[in-house]
Amino acid sequence: MTWRQKGWTYAVVVPFAIFLAFPFYFALVTMFKTNLDLANVEHSPYLYNDLEGGFHWDFWNYATTEHLTFLFEETNYAQWLLNTFLVGAAVVAITLLLALPAGYALARLAGGWGQSMGVAIFLVYLVPPTLLFLPLSRLITQLDLKDSLWSLILIYPSFTVPFATWLLMGFFKTIPQELEDAALIDGASRLKAFYLIILPISLPGILTAIIFAFSLCVNEFIYAFTFVSSSEQRTVSAGIPNDLIRGDVFFWQSLLAATLIPAIPLALLYNAFLDRFIKGFTGGAFR
Amino acid sequence: MEADVARARPVPGRWRHALESRRVLAPLLIAPAVIFMAIVVGIPFAWAIYLSFTDAIGGSLSGDWVGFDNYTNAWHDENFRRALRNTLIFTLASQAIVVVGAAVLSNFLVRDFRGKWFVRFLVVLPWAAPVVLSTIMWLWLLDSLYSVANWTLARLHLDNALVSLLAAVNVEEDAQVPLQWLGRPNLALIAITVVHAWRILPFAVVIFIAGRASIPNEVEDASKIDGATGMKKLWYVDLPLQLPIALVAVLFGIVFTAVDFAVVYILTHGGPFNSTQVLTTWAYAVGIDGGSLGEGAAISLFLFPLLVLVTVGMLFFARRAQVS
Repeated sequence: MTWRQKGWTYAVVVPFAIFLAFPFYFALVTMFKTNLDLANVEHSPYLYNDLEGGFHWDFWNYATTEHLTFLFEETNYAQWLLNTFLVGAAVVAITLLLALPAGYALARLAGGWGQSMGVAIFLVYLVPPTLLFLPLSRLITQLDLKDSLWSLILIYPSFTVPFATWLLMGFFKTIPQELEDAALIDGASRLKAFYLIILPISLPGILTAIIFAFSLCVNEFIYAFTFVSSSEQRTVSAGIPNDLIRGDVFFWQSLLAATLIPAIPLALLYNAFLDRFIKGFTGGAFR
Repeated sequence: MEADVARARPVPGRWRHALESRRVLAPLLIAPAVIFMAIVVGIPFAWAIYLSFTDAIGGSLSGDWVGFDNYTNAWHDENFRRALRNTLIFTLASQAIVVVGAAVLSNFLVRDFRGKWFVRFLVVLPWAAPVVLSTIMWLWLLDSLYSVANWTLARLHLDNALVSLLAAVNVEEDAQVPLQWLGRPNLALIAITVVHAWRILPFAVVIFIAGRASIPNEVEDASKIDGATGMKKLWYVDLPLQLPIALVAVLFGIVFTAVDFAVVYILTHGGPFNSTQVLTTWAYAVGIDGGSLGEGAAISLFLFPLLVLVTVGMLFFARRAQVS
């Protein structure tokens, strides 16, 4: 690239990055603020100030980690993180178990009606949770799963399975039929051909489905908020607004720390898998 | 003949043979997913449709049949109309920002430059944070008293200028310093639109990059030989080829925004004075907070056919654009 192209690249990319990441930078600053510093509207929100609002280069002496300690010692935050991860992992497993065979069958075995049925399955994803959660909460009560993580593990696949099936169906279509035929001629059964030939090549697509399903679970709010009422059983999305906002009192520093802590490793993970994800998505949805 | 062979085999062999036949194997592999979805989506969905025709209240989940009353009541309610309008505004406006932003940003993010990894990390962040939590972060940024935006504007002596500007363009007539970003109807509409655009943009950028990656190298070479460069190449070569994938990105953006509950619920609770309600939050307010389950279900049900139409239309066009 010429220096001019480089200049243009930075001129475009940097403002976007600032817009997208600024709230996180700001959260990072705020989470270490002392209550007195935070509460004074004259004080700069970008920096750590002394009691008079002055800035010192040894700013860490004017910051505090007490709100981080509070988050881990006085709330169930660590438990919520673990719960979120457990639910996500279990839902991903169920999703793959149901969506992999379905996606494969729709792409390869179903013939003409496979495509239409794939779209029909995707439409299931569009049924809004605000509509479903009342009847579902009755189902959860009947199954005696109220107030348990199992309720979320049972319900979340209702939106991850349609999504993943549709995504994987598209992906399986991109794999050349000849590969499979060769295996069949060599005497492998269809299931064996699927297991030995198709699955390994489909790894980018499967990874895409995993990342998608996991991020949908982490983001889910309504079910997590209504089906689980005891604090220890909650996920981050439900536990944090419930326990760290008490009436009009917001535990701001702890809230912002609670946001940053899962966001950073997840962003690192997504970034690391981005190229594969891109490959998975291009292969999948459009062929 | 095939049948004879199957009959001649011992029983396990016959089973294996059946598993090789598409007609048996396909339904067998699809069935678990379909049965599961029928139970956790199909039955509750049917139940919710039934509820929307009853006067069910509170936690009862059944009631007397009232026909289309809930639908007509909802439709004639001013708040419902506003919720419908807001859902459309948030969805369309935020997606317009997202498409333009993603088209531009993806164009530059595929280049090689120093610090690309870090920039990509920053870009992905809003997508990685759970939406509830990132919305709480915005609540802090837009706080009525501690807003960093207000503090900065005040230090730059731009706050009064902005207030006059908002009045001049008829967005907020009697806003005052410090600005109540979420406490004034039109400002809150803008704020919610921006938050939606902010959280969907990374996702759209990733899909746009995927769209670029799917353009064969030959096209790139051919357009170079033909002398297509810069804007010309972008308009006549890159954009048409990216259209199918862009449509899918927009489709997801529309769905994610239209069915979202958390952003409005956390930022404004639908206020001030129900001015920022969307269909999901209004359904919740009527059905759960207000206890009119039937009408709440009816309100939720307005969204579904709209989304189905958009989805089927977009997938159809994506396929068409692909072929040409």
